[in-house]
Amino acid sequence: MTNTESAQSQLEGEVHEIVIVGSGPAGYTAAIYAARAQLAPILYEGSVTSGGALMNTTEVENFPGFADGVMGPDLMESMRKQASRFGTTLVTDDIVSMDLASPIKVLVDGSGKKIKAKSVVLAMGSAFREIGLPNEKRLSGHGVSWCATCDGFFFRDQDIAVVGGGDSAVEEATFLTRFARTVTLIHRRDSLRASKIMVERAKSNPKIIFGWNSEVTDVLGDAKVSSLQLRNTIDGTISELPVTGLFVAIGHDPRSELVRDQVTIDQAGYVEVKPHSTRTNLSGVFACGDLVDHTYRQAITAAGSGAQAALDAERFLTDLNS
Amino acid sequence: MAMTHVTGANFSDEVLQSKTPVLVDFWAEWCGPCRAVSPILEEISTEYADKIKVVKLNTDENSELSVRYGITSIPALYVFVGGEVVKTIIGAKPKPMLVKDLAPFIKG
Repeated sequence: MTNTESAQSQLEGEVHEIVIVGSGPAGYTAAIYAARAQLAPILYEGSVTSGGALMNTTEVENFPGFADGVMGPDLMESMRKQASRFGTTLVTDDIVSMDLASPIKVLVDGSGKKIKAKSVVLAMGSAFREIGLPNEKRLSGHGVSWCATCDGFFFRDQDIAVVGGGDSAVEEATFLTRFARTVTLIHRRDSLRASKIMVERAKSNPKIIFGWNSEVTDVLGDAKVSSLQLRNTIDGTISELPVTGLFVAIGHDPRSELVRDQVTIDQAGYVEVKPHSTRTNLSGVFACGDLVDHTYRQAITAAGSGAQAALDAERFLTDLNS
Repeated sequence: MAMTHVTGANFSDEVLQSKTPVLVDFWAEWCGPCRAVSPILEEISTEYADKIKVVKLNTDENSELSVRYGITSIPALYVFVGGEVVKTIIGAKPKPMLVKDLAPFIKG
């Protein structure tokens, strides 16, 4: 048996105090607090997604406490170690279904094992948004990517494009100039949402070309990307941009698919929590991080809400067990 | 069972000339998802050893082969049968999904 299997087989049967689903800053911080509260939390990291969104970044310069910045994967590794240190059981597997309405929640993992808990913290985060074009999907991995740090390496000396207008898009475009010959940053409007410092860096980068007032209407190419069809958002004119790579950085959607018919979610799919708390509409179920947060979506706000979720769960369990 | 590392030198012998299907895992040291999917490929390699051979190809060290097979995103899992690429799986996926994708080669 692998380590995960032997850990999992020990987990079945007993009713645990708390299970945390998700392994970004929210999940690991919830685990640190829950472990220190002697709740022996079980955290499901995901079979291939352990570490969450920051695993796909390079330097994180705005997480407080790191005066010289920190590499995303290193920050997540530290959080993981910290969670483990205080007694979290980390399971490198996915949760594929959850039954959250009853007092004893039942979660099923990727290998079919069932795990029972009195409380659950939902911290599944968000996933890259796709433009929604059929050819975008078809050419995914063949020139279309959602992860600059993952795939930028393969576009050395090529002309490529990034679509988006926020910090992620500008960061990706800037990162990609290490490899690409040119990076065209395509945005629907004529100004970027990104933070001013990021915009300044992009504007002074000679490899970045700004494609203002444009949207991608098709991705062209047979076996791989050869060009993009663009539409001008002001006058509707269509043009073609010859590029061999497209990086999509238009935002994220909350990963609430597993729970949307149980917990209350809003129109955009974010899990709703009661004001000034992480409590969902279901007793004993708490939600935090990018799964909940429309507005800020930062590692530090996710971490903060993870701590809140653990504290809310701890109070809930104290009342329950008394 | 540890997976064989292939390079330009042994690619023909290990992959193109193989009588059984070969799954080539294009990976790199700096690629997080590649590291995440590696233990899953180890398991698949052991469990289905009689049906499919799983080998690893480091894209940093073998750029000629990476370019030849049009690699633009890793992890990239290419299934070779009779020297030809018959299936491509891009990105790290959980084991149940990979087993499903590989069903034509490992089941029956």
